[in-house]
Amino acid sequence: MLTSGRRLLPVLRKHRALYLLMLPGILYYIIFKYVPMYGIIIAFQDYSVGKGILGSKFVGFKHFVEFFYVTPDAWKLIRNTVLLNVYDLLFHFPAPILLAILFHEIRITWFKRLVQSISYMPHFLSTVVIAGILVTFLSPSTGVVNHALERLFGLEPIMFLGEPGWFRTIYVGSEIWQKIGWGTILYLAAISGIDPTLYEAAKMDGASRFQQVRHITLVGMVPVMIVLFVLTLGHFMEIGFQKILLLYNSMNYETSDVINTFVYRRGILDADFSFATAVGLFQSVIGLILVVTANRIVRKHSGTSLW
Amino acid sequence: MKIKESFGSRLFDAANILFMLLLMAVMVYPMLYVISASVSSNALVASGAVLLWPKGLTTAAYDQLVGNRDVWISYWNTIRYTAVQVALTLLVTAAMAYPLSKKWLPGRRPILLMAAFTLLFGGGMIPTFLVVQKLGLLDSIWAIVLPSLVSTWYLFIMRTFFEALPEELEDAATIDGCNPLQVLLRVVLPLSMPVMATIGLFTAVNQWNSFFDALIYLNDRSLYPLQIMLRNILIAGETVQGEGDLTHLETLKYAMIVIATLPILCVYPFIQKYFVQGAMIGGVKG
Repeated sequence: MLTSGRRLLPVLRKHRALYLLMLPGILYYIIFKYVPMYGIIIAFQDYSVGKGILGSKFVGFKHFVEFFYVTPDAWKLIRNTVLLNVYDLLFHFPAPILLAILFHEIRITWFKRLVQSISYMPHFLSTVVIAGILVTFLSPSTGVVNHALERLFGLEPIMFLGEPGWFRTIYVGSEIWQKIGWGTILYLAAISGIDPTLYEAAKMDGASRFQQVRHITLVGMVPVMIVLFVLTLGHFMEIGFQKILLLYNSMNYETSDVINTFVYRRGILDADFSFATAVGLFQSVIGLILVVTANRIVRKHSGTSLW
Repeated sequence: MKIKESFGSRLFDAANILFMLLLMAVMVYPMLYVISASVSSNALVASGAVLLWPKGLTTAAYDQLVGNRDVWISYWNTIRYTAVQVALTLLVTAAMAYPLSKKWLPGRRPILLMAAFTLLFGGGMIPTFLVVQKLGLLDSIWAIVLPSLVSTWYLFIMRTFFEALPEELEDAATIDGCNPLQVLLRVVLPLSMPVMATIGLFTAVNQWNSFFDALIYLNDRSLYPLQIMLRNILIAGETVQGEGDLTHLETLKYAMIVIATLPILCVYPFIQKYFVQGAMIGGVKG
Protein backbone atom coordinates (compact mmCIF):
# COMPACT_ATOMS: atom_id res chain seq x y z
CA MET A 1 0.00 0.00 0.00
CA LEU A 2 2.75 2.38 1.02
CA THR A 3 4.85 1.69 -2.04
CA SER A 4 1.91 2.19 -4.40
CA GLY A 5 1.12 5.40 -2.54
CA ARG A 6 4.67 6.54 -3.07
CA ARG A 7 4.42 5.72 -6.77
CA LEU A 8 1.11 7.52 -7.10
CA LEU A 9 2.41 11.05 -6.63
CA PRO A 10 4.96 11.10 -9.44
CA VAL A 11 2.34 9.58 -11.78
CA LEU A 12 -0.15 12.27 -10.86
CA ARG A 13 2.48 14.95 -11.36
CA LYS A 14 3.66 13.57 -14.67
CA HIS A 15 0.15 13.60 -16.16
CA ARG A 16 -1.22 16.48 -14.11
CA ALA A 17 -2.46 18.38 -17.15
CA LEU A 18 -4.58 15.41 -18.24
CA TYR A 19 -6.00 14.91 -14.73
CA LEU A 20 -6.72 18.62 -14.52
CA LEU A 21 -8.71 18.39 -17.76
CA MET A 22 -10.87 15.67 -16.24
CA LEU A 23 -11.44 17.58 -13.02
CA PRO A 24 -14.62 19.50 -13.97
CA GLY A 25 -16.23 16.30 -15.24
CA ILE A 26 -15.23 14.31 -12.18
CA LEU A 27 -16.55 17.07 -9.92
CA TYR A 28 -19.84 16.92 -11.83
CA TYR A 29 -20.15 13.20 -11.19
CA ILE A 30 -19.29 13.58 -7.52
CA ILE A 31 -21.60 16.51 -6.83
CA PHE A 32 -24.63 15.63 -8.93
CA LYS A 33 -24.44 11.82 -8.98
CA TYR A 34 -22.56 10.53 -5.95
CA VAL A 35 -23.56 13.09 -3.31
CA PRO A 36 -27.25 12.31 -4.07
CA MET A 37 -26.41 8.60 -3.65
CA TYR A 38 -25.01 9.44 -0.22
CA GLY A 39 -28.19 11.44 0.36
CA ILE A 40 -30.19 8.22 0.12
CA ILE A 41 -29.38 7.88 3.84
CA ILE A 42 -32.30 10.20 4.53
CA ALA A 43 -34.63 7.39 3.48
CA PHE A 44 -33.71 5.81 6.83
CA GLN A 45 -34.00 9.04 8.82
CA ASP A 46 -36.56 11.61 9.86
CA TYR A 47 -34.69 14.17 7.82
CA SER A 48 -35.19 17.85 8.41
CA VAL A 49 -33.46 20.47 6.29
CA GLY A 50 -32.45 22.42 9.40
CA LYS A 51 -30.65 19.51 11.09
CA GLY A 52 -29.07 18.09 7.94
CA ILE A 53 -28.06 14.48 7.30
CA LEU A 54 -25.65 14.29 10.22
CA GLY A 55 -28.07 15.72 12.77
CA SER A 56 -31.30 13.98 11.74
CA LYS A 57 -32.64 11.01 13.68
CA PHE A 58 -32.10 7.48 12.35
CA VAL A 59 -35.39 5.59 12.11
CA GLY A 60 -34.47 2.43 10.18
CA PHE A 61 -37.15 1.09 7.88
CA LYS A 62 -39.99 3.20 9.28
CA HIS A 63 -40.77 4.90 5.97
CA PHE A 64 -40.74 1.67 4.02
CA VAL A 65 -43.13 0.10 6.52
CA GLU A 66 -45.32 3.17 6.26
CA PHE A 67 -45.40 2.94 2.49
CA PHE A 68 -46.24 -0.77 2.30
CA TYR A 69 -48.59 -1.04 5.25
CA VAL A 70 -50.10 2.38 5.87
CA THR A 71 -50.26 4.17 2.51
CA PRO A 72 -53.62 3.13 1.04
CA ASP A 73 -52.40 3.66 -2.53
CA ALA A 74 -49.16 1.70 -2.32
CA TRP A 75 -50.33 -1.39 -4.19
CA LYS A 76 -52.21 0.68 -6.73
CA LEU A 77 -49.01 2.64 -7.45
CA ILE A 78 -46.92 -0.52 -7.83
CA ARG A 79 -49.59 -2.18 -9.97
CA ASN A 80 -49.89 0.85 -12.26
CA THR A 81 -46.12 1.19 -12.62
CA VAL A 82 -45.67 -2.48 -13.46
CA LEU A 83 -48.68 -2.71 -15.78
CA LEU A 84 -47.85 0.44 -17.77
CA ASN A 85 -44.34 -0.88 -18.29
CA VAL A 86 -45.45 -4.39 -19.17
CA TYR A 87 -47.85 -3.02 -21.79
CA ASP A 88 -45.13 -0.73 -23.05
CA LEU A 89 -42.77 -3.70 -23.36
CA LEU A 90 -45.40 -5.89 -25.04
CA PHE A 91 -46.52 -3.39 -27.67
CA HIS A 92 -43.90 -0.67 -27.93
CA PHE A 93 -40.81 -2.88 -27.88
CA PRO A 94 -41.64 -5.13 -30.88
CA ALA A 95 -43.14 -2.30 -32.96
CA PRO A 96 -39.85 -0.85 -34.29
CA ILE A 97 -38.57 -4.35 -35.07
CA LEU A 98 -41.54 -5.02 -37.35
CA LEU A 99 -41.32 -1.58 -38.90
CA ALA A 100 -37.59 -1.95 -39.58
CA ILE A 101 -38.29 -5.18 -41.48
CA LEU A 102 -41.01 -3.47 -43.51
CA PHE A 103 -38.70 -0.51 -44.23
CA HIS A 104 -36.04 -2.94 -45.38
CA GLU A 105 -38.48 -4.60 -47.77
CA ILE A 106 -39.32 -1.32 -49.56
CA ARG A 107 -37.51 -1.44 -52.89
CA ILE A 108 -38.02 2.13 -54.10
CA THR A 109 -35.12 3.97 -52.51
CA TRP A 110 -36.51 7.53 -52.56
CA PHE A 111 -39.82 6.36 -51.13
CA LYS A 112 -38.01 4.48 -48.38
CA ARG A 113 -36.01 7.60 -47.46
CA LEU A 114 -39.16 9.72 -47.40
CA VAL A 115 -41.08 7.36 -45.12
CA GLN A 116 -38.11 7.05 -42.80
CA SER A 117 -37.61 10.81 -42.51
CA ILE A 118 -41.27 11.39 -41.76
CA SER A 119 -41.45 8.61 -39.21
CA TYR A 120 -38.43 9.99 -37.30
CA MET A 121 -40.02 13.42 -36.92
CA PRO A 122 -42.29 12.90 -33.88
CA HIS A 123 -39.22 11.87 -31.87
CA PHE A 124 -38.16 15.52 -31.85
CA LEU A 125 -41.39 16.86 -30.37
CA SER A 126 -41.17 17.66 -26.69
CA THR A 127 -43.07 15.69 -24.05
CA VAL A 128 -45.09 18.82 -23.30
CA VAL A 129 -46.11 19.16 -26.95
CA ILE A 130 -47.10 15.49 -27.18
CA ALA A 131 -49.11 15.69 -23.97
CA GLY A 132 -50.60 19.01 -25.08
CA ILE A 133 -51.65 17.56 -28.42
CA LEU A 134 -53.23 14.58 -26.64
CA VAL A 135 -55.11 16.78 -24.18
CA THR A 136 -56.46 19.13 -26.85
CA PHE A 137 -57.19 16.43 -29.45
CA LEU A 138 -58.98 14.22 -26.93
CA SER A 139 -61.01 16.97 -25.28
CA PRO A 140 -64.68 15.89 -25.09
CA SER A 141 -65.98 19.35 -26.02
CA THR A 142 -63.51 20.83 -28.50
CA GLY A 143 -61.15 18.00 -29.48
CA VAL A 144 -60.84 16.83 -33.06
CA VAL A 145 -60.99 13.12 -32.15
CA ASN A 146 -64.44 13.38 -30.59
CA HIS A 147 -65.63 15.62 -33.41
CA ALA A 148 -64.49 13.06 -35.96
CA LEU A 149 -66.04 10.14 -34.05
CA GLU A 150 -69.31 12.00 -33.84
CA ARG A 151 -69.37 12.82 -37.53
CA LEU A 152 -68.30 9.42 -38.78
CA PHE A 153 -70.09 7.12 -36.37
CA GLY A 154 -72.49 9.38 -34.52
CA LEU A 155 -70.81 8.57 -31.21
CA GLU A 156 -71.35 10.53 -28.01
CA PRO A 157 -68.24 12.44 -26.84
CA ILE A 158 -65.84 10.19 -24.88
CA MET A 159 -63.97 11.54 -21.86
CA PHE A 160 -60.70 9.91 -22.91
CA LEU A 161 -58.59 11.42 -20.15
CA GLY A 162 -61.40 11.36 -17.61
CA GLU A 163 -61.92 7.61 -17.68
CA PRO A 164 -59.32 5.35 -16.07
CA GLY A 165 -60.05 2.65 -18.66
CA TRP A 166 -58.51 4.69 -21.47
CA PHE A 167 -55.29 5.81 -19.86
CA ARG A 168 -53.01 2.87 -20.63
CA THR A 169 -54.12 2.76 -24.25
CA ILE A 170 -53.49 6.49 -24.64
CA TYR A 171 -50.11 6.27 -22.94
CA VAL A 172 -48.77 3.28 -24.87
CA GLY A 173 -50.37 4.38 -28.15
CA SER A 174 -48.79 7.83 -28.07
CA GLU A 175 -45.49 6.30 -27.02
CA ILE A 176 -45.51 4.07 -30.10
CA TRP A 177 -46.56 6.97 -32.33
CA GLN A 178 -43.69 9.10 -31.13
CA LYS A 179 -40.90 6.54 -31.02
CA ILE A 180 -41.58 3.76 -33.51
CA GLY A 181 -39.76 5.47 -36.38
CA TRP A 182 -36.70 6.53 -34.42
CA GLY A 183 -36.56 3.08 -32.83
CA THR A 184 -35.93 1.48 -36.23
CA ILE A 185 -32.53 3.15 -36.69
CA LEU A 186 -30.50 0.65 -34.71
CA TYR A 187 -32.34 -2.29 -36.22
CA LEU A 188 -31.78 -0.95 -39.74
CA ALA A 189 -28.09 -0.57 -38.95
CA ALA A 190 -28.05 -4.20 -37.85
CA ILE A 191 -29.83 -5.26 -41.04
CA SER A 192 -27.38 -3.35 -43.23
CA GLY A 193 -24.59 -5.26 -41.50
CA ILE A 194 -25.98 -8.59 -42.71
CA ASP A 195 -23.84 -10.27 -45.36
CA PRO A 196 -25.75 -9.86 -48.68
CA THR A 197 -24.47 -13.20 -49.95
CA LEU A 198 -26.72 -14.85 -47.36
CA TYR A 199 -29.75 -13.52 -49.23
CA GLU A 200 -28.29 -14.61 -52.58
CA ALA A 201 -27.71 -18.11 -51.27
CA ALA A 202 -31.21 -18.28 -49.80
CA LYS A 203 -32.71 -17.19 -53.13
CA MET A 204 -30.74 -19.86 -54.97
CA ASP A 205 -32.14 -22.41 -52.56
CA GLY A 206 -35.62 -21.17 -53.37
CA ALA A 207 -36.40 -19.43 -50.09
CA SER A 208 -39.48 -17.20 -50.26
CA ARG A 209 -39.26 -13.59 -49.13
CA PHE A 210 -41.00 -14.46 -45.90
CA GLN A 211 -38.49 -17.22 -45.25
CA GLN A 212 -35.63 -14.83 -45.97
CA VAL A 213 -37.00 -12.36 -43.43
CA ARG A 214 -37.56 -15.06 -40.85
CA HIS A 215 -34.21 -16.83 -41.20
CA ILE A 216 -31.84 -14.04 -42.23
CA THR A 217 -33.15 -10.53 -41.42
CA LEU A 218 -34.69 -11.39 -38.07
CA VAL A 219 -31.74 -13.50 -36.97
CA GLY A 220 -29.36 -10.67 -37.87
CA MET A 221 -31.28 -8.32 -35.57
CA VAL A 222 -31.14 -10.54 -32.49
CA PRO A 223 -28.01 -9.04 -30.85
CA VAL A 224 -29.46 -5.51 -31.07
CA MET A 225 -32.79 -6.78 -29.74
CA ILE A 226 -31.06 -8.31 -26.73
CA VAL A 227 -29.05 -5.20 -25.90
CA LEU A 228 -32.09 -2.93 -26.25
CA PHE A 229 -34.21 -5.32 -24.21
CA VAL A 230 -31.78 -5.26 -21.30
CA LEU A 231 -31.48 -1.47 -21.57
CA THR A 232 -35.27 -1.13 -21.55
CA LEU A 233 -35.45 -3.27 -18.44
CA GLY A 234 -32.88 -0.96 -16.85
CA HIS A 235 -35.38 1.89 -17.10
CA PHE A 236 -38.28 -0.41 -16.39
CA MET A 237 -39.60 1.28 -13.28
CA GLU A 238 -39.09 4.90 -14.20
CA ILE A 239 -40.05 4.98 -17.85
CA GLY A 240 -42.27 7.77 -19.14
CA PHE A 241 -43.11 9.36 -15.83
CA GLN A 242 -42.74 12.90 -17.17
CA LYS A 243 -45.44 12.25 -19.74
CA ILE A 244 -47.67 10.71 -17.08
CA LEU A 245 -47.14 13.77 -14.92
CA LEU A 246 -48.53 15.89 -17.76
CA LEU A 247 -51.42 13.59 -18.67
CA TYR A 248 -52.79 12.40 -15.37
CA ASN A 249 -55.54 14.02 -13.36
CA SER A 250 -57.64 13.11 -10.35
CA MET A 251 -60.23 11.43 -12.59
CA ASN A 252 -57.79 8.85 -14.01
CA TYR A 253 -55.49 8.34 -10.98
CA GLU A 254 -56.87 4.82 -10.64
CA THR A 255 -54.75 3.69 -13.62
CA SER A 256 -52.34 6.59 -14.19
CA ASP A 257 -50.73 7.28 -10.83
CA VAL A 258 -47.28 5.63 -10.68
CA ILE A 259 -44.51 5.47 -8.11
CA ASN A 260 -42.55 8.39 -9.56
CA THR A 261 -45.52 10.76 -9.77
CA PHE A 262 -46.23 9.88 -6.14
CA VAL A 263 -42.60 10.60 -5.21
CA TYR A 264 -42.92 13.96 -6.97
CA ARG A 265 -46.09 14.90 -5.09
CA ARG A 266 -44.89 13.76 -1.66
CA GLY A 267 -41.29 14.90 -2.05
CA ILE A 268 -41.35 18.09 -4.11
CA LEU A 269 -44.86 19.41 -3.49
CA ASP A 270 -45.32 18.30 0.17
CA ALA A 271 -41.59 18.45 1.09
CA ASP A 272 -41.88 15.05 2.81
CA PHE A 273 -38.27 14.32 1.85
CA SER A 274 -37.44 11.17 3.83
CA PHE A 275 -40.61 9.31 2.93
CA ALA A 276 -40.39 10.23 -0.77
CA THR A 277 -36.72 9.21 -0.89
CA ALA A 278 -37.59 5.84 0.64
CA VAL A 279 -40.27 5.20 -1.99
CA GLY A 280 -37.90 6.31 -4.75
CA LEU A 281 -35.17 4.03 -3.40
CA PHE A 282 -37.53 1.05 -3.44
CA GLN A 283 -38.11 1.74 -7.13
CA SER A 284 -34.40 2.19 -8.03
CA VAL A 285 -33.44 -1.02 -6.25
CA ILE A 286 -36.08 -3.00 -8.15
CA GLY A 287 -34.78 -1.44 -11.37
CA LEU A 288 -31.19 -2.34 -10.52
CA ILE A 289 -32.13 -5.94 -9.67
CA LEU A 290 -34.06 -6.26 -12.93
CA VAL A 291 -31.26 -5.05 -15.17
CA VAL A 292 -28.55 -7.07 -13.43
CA THR A 293 -30.65 -10.24 -13.55
CA ALA A 294 -31.64 -9.72 -17.17
CA ASN A 295 -28.03 -9.11 -18.14
CA ARG A 296 -26.90 -12.26 -16.35
CA ILE A 297 -29.54 -14.43 -18.00
CA VAL A 298 -28.83 -12.98 -21.42
CA ARG A 299 -25.08 -13.42 -21.07
CA LYS A 300 -25.50 -17.04 -20.08
CA HIS A 301 -27.77 -17.94 -22.97
CA SER A 302 -26.56 -15.85 -25.86
CA GLY A 303 -23.12 -14.46 -25.16
CA THR A 304 -24.37 -10.92 -25.87
CA SER A 305 -24.56 -8.64 -22.86
CA LEU A 306 -24.24 -5.08 -21.68
CA TRP A 307 -21.18 -5.69 -19.57
CA MET B 1 -29.84 -13.39 -62.80
CA LYS B 2 -33.54 -12.64 -62.89
CA ILE B 3 -36.06 -14.73 -61.04
CA LYS B 4 -39.67 -14.03 -61.89
CA GLU B 5 -41.49 -12.36 -59.02
CA SER B 6 -44.15 -14.50 -57.47
CA PHE B 7 -47.67 -13.15 -57.17
CA GLY B 8 -47.47 -13.25 -53.37
CA SER B 9 -44.29 -11.24 -53.39
CA ARG B 10 -45.82 -8.51 -55.54
CA LEU B 11 -48.95 -8.48 -53.41
CA PHE B 12 -46.77 -7.98 -50.37
CA ASP B 13 -44.99 -5.04 -52.04
CA ALA B 14 -48.30 -3.38 -52.79
CA ALA B 15 -49.59 -3.93 -49.27
CA ASN B 16 -46.34 -2.66 -47.80
CA ILE B 17 -46.45 0.56 -49.81
CA LEU B 18 -50.08 1.04 -48.84
CA PHE B 19 -49.15 0.56 -45.21
CA MET B 20 -46.31 3.08 -45.52
CA LEU B 21 -48.66 5.67 -47.00
CA LEU B 22 -51.00 5.10 -44.07
CA LEU B 23 -48.11 5.38 -41.65
CA MET B 24 -47.02 8.70 -43.13
CA ALA B 25 -50.58 10.00 -42.86
CA VAL B 26 -50.75 8.99 -39.20
CA MET B 27 -47.38 10.64 -38.49
CA VAL B 28 -48.11 13.86 -40.36
CA TYR B 29 -51.79 14.40 -39.56
CA PRO B 30 -51.46 15.63 -35.95
CA MET B 31 -48.78 18.13 -36.94
CA LEU B 32 -50.74 19.30 -39.96
CA TYR B 33 -53.87 19.71 -37.85
CA VAL B 34 -51.99 21.75 -35.27
CA ILE B 35 -50.73 24.12 -37.96
CA SER B 36 -54.16 24.38 -39.62
CA ALA B 37 -55.94 24.99 -36.34
CA SER B 38 -53.46 27.69 -35.36
CA VAL B 39 -54.45 29.84 -38.36
CA SER B 40 -58.18 29.11 -38.27
CA SER B 41 -60.95 30.97 -36.56
CA ASN B 42 -61.42 29.91 -32.96
CA ALA B 43 -65.15 29.21 -33.27
CA LEU B 44 -64.64 26.87 -36.22
CA VAL B 45 -61.87 24.95 -34.42
CA ALA B 46 -63.88 24.60 -31.21
CA SER B 47 -67.00 23.41 -33.03
CA GLY B 48 -65.11 20.78 -35.00
CA ALA B 49 -65.48 22.34 -38.45
CA VAL B 50 -61.71 22.20 -38.94
CA LEU B 51 -60.60 18.63 -39.60
CA LEU B 52 -57.62 19.03 -41.89
CA TRP B 53 -57.38 22.33 -43.77
CA PRO B 54 -57.65 25.75 -42.10
CA LYS B 55 -61.04 27.45 -42.14
CA GLY B 56 -61.72 31.11 -41.58
CA LEU B 57 -58.07 32.01 -42.10
CA THR B 58 -56.76 34.43 -39.46
CA THR B 59 -53.51 35.20 -37.66
CA ALA B 60 -55.32 36.42 -34.55
CA ALA B 61 -53.76 33.77 -32.30
CA TYR B 62 -50.25 34.65 -33.44
CA ASP B 63 -50.92 38.37 -33.08
CA GLN B 64 -51.92 37.79 -29.50
CA LEU B 65 -48.84 35.68 -28.74
CA VAL B 66 -46.43 38.05 -30.46
CA GLY B 67 -47.81 40.91 -28.37
CA ASN B 68 -47.32 38.97 -25.14
CA ARG B 69 -44.24 39.76 -23.08
CA ASP B 70 -44.18 36.46 -21.17
CA VAL B 71 -43.91 34.49 -24.39
CA TRP B 72 -40.86 36.45 -25.47
CA ILE B 73 -39.22 36.19 -22.07
CA SER B 74 -39.69 32.43 -21.98
CA TYR B 75 -38.40 32.16 -25.53
CA TRP B 76 -35.29 34.08 -24.61
CA ASN B 77 -34.84 31.93 -21.50
CA THR B 78 -34.99 28.72 -23.53
CA ILE B 79 -32.44 30.05 -26.03
CA ARG B 80 -30.19 31.15 -23.17
CA TYR B 81 -30.42 27.82 -21.31
CA THR B 82 -29.85 25.86 -24.51
CA ALA B 83 -26.83 27.87 -25.63
CA VAL B 84 -25.10 27.77 -22.25
CA GLN B 85 -25.85 24.09 -21.80
CA VAL B 86 -24.50 23.12 -25.23
CA ALA B 87 -21.30 25.12 -24.77
CA LEU B 88 -20.59 23.81 -21.27
CA THR B 89 -21.61 20.23 -22.03
CA LEU B 90 -19.30 20.03 -25.05
CA LEU B 91 -16.44 21.64 -23.15
CA VAL B 92 -16.65 19.55 -19.98
CA THR B 93 -17.47 16.29 -21.78
CA ALA B 94 -14.63 16.68 -24.28
CA ALA B 95 -12.17 17.64 -21.54
CA MET B 96 -13.11 14.52 -19.60
CA ALA B 97 -13.34 12.18 -22.60
CA TYR B 98 -9.93 13.10 -24.02
CA PRO B 99 -7.78 11.83 -21.11
CA LEU B 100 -10.09 8.81 -20.84
CA SER B 101 -9.25 7.93 -24.44
CA LYS B 102 -5.60 7.43 -23.47
CA LYS B 103 -5.37 3.72 -22.73
CA TRP B 104 -2.06 4.17 -20.88
CA LEU B 105 -3.36 6.76 -18.40
CA PRO B 106 -3.26 5.39 -14.81
CA GLY B 107 -6.61 5.60 -13.07
CA ARG B 108 -8.60 5.54 -16.27
CA ARG B 109 -10.55 2.40 -15.40
CA PRO B 110 -11.92 3.47 -12.01
CA ILE B 111 -13.08 6.76 -13.49
CA LEU B 112 -14.84 4.98 -16.36
CA LEU B 113 -16.48 2.61 -13.88
CA MET B 114 -17.54 5.53 -11.72
CA ALA B 115 -19.29 7.09 -14.72
CA ALA B 116 -20.79 3.79 -15.94
CA PHE B 117 -22.27 2.93 -12.55
CA THR B 118 -24.50 6.02 -12.68
CA LEU B 119 -26.27 4.43 -15.66
CA LEU B 120 -27.47 1.62 -13.40
CA PHE B 121 -28.21 3.39 -10.17
CA GLY B 122 -28.73 6.92 -8.95
CA GLY B 123 -29.72 8.90 -5.90
CA GLY B 124 -33.13 9.66 -7.34
CA MET B 125 -35.32 12.72 -7.61
CA ILE B 126 -35.42 13.91 -4.01
CA PRO B 127 -31.73 13.59 -2.99
CA THR B 128 -30.74 15.32 -6.26
CA PHE B 129 -33.24 18.08 -5.56
CA LEU B 130 -31.81 18.54 -2.06
CA VAL B 131 -28.26 18.86 -3.45
CA VAL B 132 -29.36 21.54 -5.91
CA GLN B 133 -31.20 23.30 -3.11
CA LYS B 134 -28.24 23.09 -0.69
CA LEU B 135 -25.93 24.56 -3.32
CA GLY B 136 -28.25 27.54 -3.57
CA LEU B 137 -28.89 26.97 -7.26
CA LEU B 138 -32.69 27.12 -7.10
CA ASP B 139 -34.22 29.85 -9.24
CA SER B 140 -31.15 30.35 -11.37
CA ILE B 141 -29.93 29.24 -14.80
CA TRP B 142 -27.48 26.86 -13.08
CA ALA B 143 -30.28 24.71 -11.69
CA ILE B 144 -31.24 24.02 -15.30
CA VAL B 145 -27.75 23.63 -16.76
CA LEU B 146 -25.60 21.92 -14.13
CA PRO B 147 -27.60 18.86 -12.96
CA SER B 148 -27.72 17.49 -16.52
CA LEU B 149 -24.32 18.77 -17.62
CA VAL B 150 -22.54 15.50 -18.49
CA SER B 151 -24.31 12.52 -19.97
CA THR B 152 -22.47 9.23 -19.57
CA TRP B 153 -23.61 8.11 -23.03
CA TYR B 154 -22.14 11.19 -24.69
CA LEU B 155 -18.97 10.82 -22.65
CA PHE B 156 -18.52 7.25 -23.90
CA ILE B 157 -19.35 8.21 -27.50
CA MET B 158 -16.72 10.96 -27.45
CA ARG B 159 -14.13 8.74 -25.80
CA THR B 160 -14.65 6.06 -28.47
CA PHE B 161 -14.29 8.70 -31.18
CA PHE B 162 -11.09 10.15 -29.70
CA GLU B 163 -9.60 6.66 -29.36
CA ALA B 164 -9.94 6.18 -33.10
CA LEU B 165 -7.96 9.33 -33.96
CA PRO B 166 -4.37 8.75 -35.15
CA GLU B 167 -2.06 9.32 -32.21
CA GLU B 168 0.85 10.48 -34.39
CA LEU B 169 -0.77 13.89 -34.88
CA GLU B 170 -1.04 14.44 -31.14
CA ASP B 171 2.53 13.24 -30.63
CA ALA B 172 3.75 15.70 -33.24
CA ALA B 173 1.95 18.56 -31.50
CA THR B 174 3.39 17.49 -28.15
CA ILE B 175 6.90 17.47 -29.58
CA ASP B 176 6.24 20.96 -30.93
CA GLY B 177 5.66 22.01 -27.33
CA CYS B 178 1.87 21.88 -26.95
CA ASN B 179 0.46 20.93 -23.55
CA PRO B 180 -2.50 18.51 -23.43
CA LEU B 181 -5.05 21.34 -23.33
CA GLN B 182 -3.56 22.87 -26.47
CA VAL B 183 -3.44 19.47 -28.15
CA LEU B 184 -7.10 19.00 -27.34
CA LEU B 185 -8.12 22.44 -28.61
CA ARG B 186 -5.90 22.66 -31.68
CA VAL B 187 -5.58 19.08 -32.89
CA VAL B 188 -8.22 16.81 -31.43
CA LEU B 189 -11.31 19.05 -31.49
CA PRO B 190 -10.88 20.25 -35.10
CA LEU B 191 -10.71 16.60 -36.14
CA SER B 192 -13.80 15.77 -34.07
CA MET B 193 -16.34 18.11 -35.60
CA PRO B 194 -18.77 15.34 -36.61
CA VAL B 195 -19.06 13.92 -33.12
CA MET B 196 -19.15 17.38 -31.54
CA ALA B 197 -21.94 18.46 -33.89
CA THR B 198 -23.94 15.33 -33.15
CA ILE B 199 -23.64 15.62 -29.40
CA GLY B 200 -24.19 19.38 -29.51
CA LEU B 201 -27.42 18.88 -31.45
CA PHE B 202 -28.64 16.12 -29.14
CA THR B 203 -27.94 18.31 -26.12
CA ALA B 204 -29.64 21.30 -27.71
CA VAL B 205 -32.82 19.40 -28.59
CA ASN B 206 -32.94 17.77 -25.16
CA GLN B 207 -32.58 21.09 -23.39
CA TRP B 208 -35.03 22.85 -25.71
CA ASN B 209 -37.64 20.18 -25.04
CA SER B 210 -37.08 19.59 -21.33
CA PHE B 211 -39.54 20.80 -18.72
CA PHE B 212 -39.15 18.72 -15.58
CA ASP B 213 -36.02 20.36 -14.15
CA ALA B 214 -37.56 23.77 -14.72
CA LEU B 215 -40.74 22.58 -13.04
CA ILE B 216 -39.02 21.54 -9.83
CA TYR B 217 -36.12 24.01 -9.69
CA LEU B 218 -37.70 27.29 -10.83
CA ASN B 219 -40.41 29.27 -9.07
CA ASP B 220 -39.65 32.68 -10.54
CA ARG B 221 -41.96 33.30 -13.50
CA SER B 222 -39.38 35.47 -15.24
CA LEU B 223 -37.06 32.43 -15.48
CA TYR B 224 -39.63 30.05 -16.98
CA PRO B 225 -38.55 28.42 -20.23
CA LEU B 226 -40.87 27.93 -23.18
CA GLN B 227 -41.90 24.39 -22.25
CA ILE B 228 -43.23 25.52 -18.88
CA MET B 229 -45.24 28.31 -20.54
CA LEU B 230 -46.50 25.70 -22.97
CA ARG B 231 -47.45 23.34 -20.17
CA ASN B 232 -49.31 26.04 -18.27
CA ILE B 233 -51.31 27.06 -21.32
CA LEU B 234 -51.91 23.61 -22.83
CA ILE B 235 -52.37 21.42 -19.82
CA ALA B 236 -52.98 23.48 -16.73
CA GLY B 237 -55.47 25.49 -18.80
CA GLU B 238 -54.01 28.84 -17.81
CA THR B 239 -54.82 31.69 -20.13
CA VAL B 240 -51.93 33.68 -21.46
CA GLN B 241 -51.17 36.06 -18.64
CA GLY B 242 -52.76 39.45 -18.87
CA GLU B 243 -55.32 38.32 -21.44
CA GLY B 244 -58.90 38.55 -20.29
CA ASP B 245 -60.04 37.87 -23.84
CA LEU B 246 -60.87 34.19 -24.28
CA THR B 247 -62.03 34.30 -27.89
CA HIS B 248 -58.82 32.74 -29.16
CA LEU B 249 -58.35 30.21 -26.42
CA GLU B 250 -58.30 27.06 -28.56
CA THR B 251 -56.31 28.46 -31.46
CA LEU B 252 -53.88 30.06 -29.04
CA LYS B 253 -52.92 26.62 -27.79
CA TYR B 254 -52.14 25.43 -31.29
CA ALA B 255 -50.26 28.60 -32.17
CA MET B 256 -48.18 28.17 -29.03
CA ILE B 257 -47.25 24.60 -30.05
CA VAL B 258 -46.19 25.85 -33.48
CA ILE B 259 -44.08 28.67 -32.06
CA ALA B 260 -42.34 26.36 -29.59
CA THR B 261 -41.65 23.60 -32.11
CA LEU B 262 -40.89 25.63 -35.22
CA PRO B 263 -37.14 26.02 -34.62
CA ILE B 264 -36.70 22.27 -34.29
CA LEU B 265 -38.84 21.42 -37.30
CA CYS B 266 -37.04 24.04 -39.40
CA VAL B 267 -33.59 22.63 -38.79
CA TYR B 268 -34.81 19.05 -38.75
CA PRO B 269 -34.19 18.23 -42.44
CA PHE B 270 -30.61 19.46 -42.15
CA ILE B 271 -29.70 17.80 -38.90
CA GLN B 272 -31.43 14.49 -39.47
CA LYS B 273 -28.26 12.99 -40.90
CA TYR B 274 -26.24 13.88 -37.80
CA PHE B 275 -28.90 12.51 -35.52
CA VAL B 276 -29.06 9.19 -37.30
CA GLN B 277 -25.27 8.89 -37.17
CA GLY B 278 -25.30 9.81 -33.50
CA ALA B 279 -27.98 7.30 -32.62
CA MET B 280 -25.87 4.62 -34.25
CA ILE B 281 -22.53 5.34 -32.60
CA GLY B 282 -24.28 5.81 -29.29
CA GLY B 283 -26.53 2.83 -29.41
CA VAL B 284 -24.54 -0.03 -30.77
CA LYS B 285 -21.67 0.13 -28.36
CA GLY B 286 -22.89 0.95 -24.87
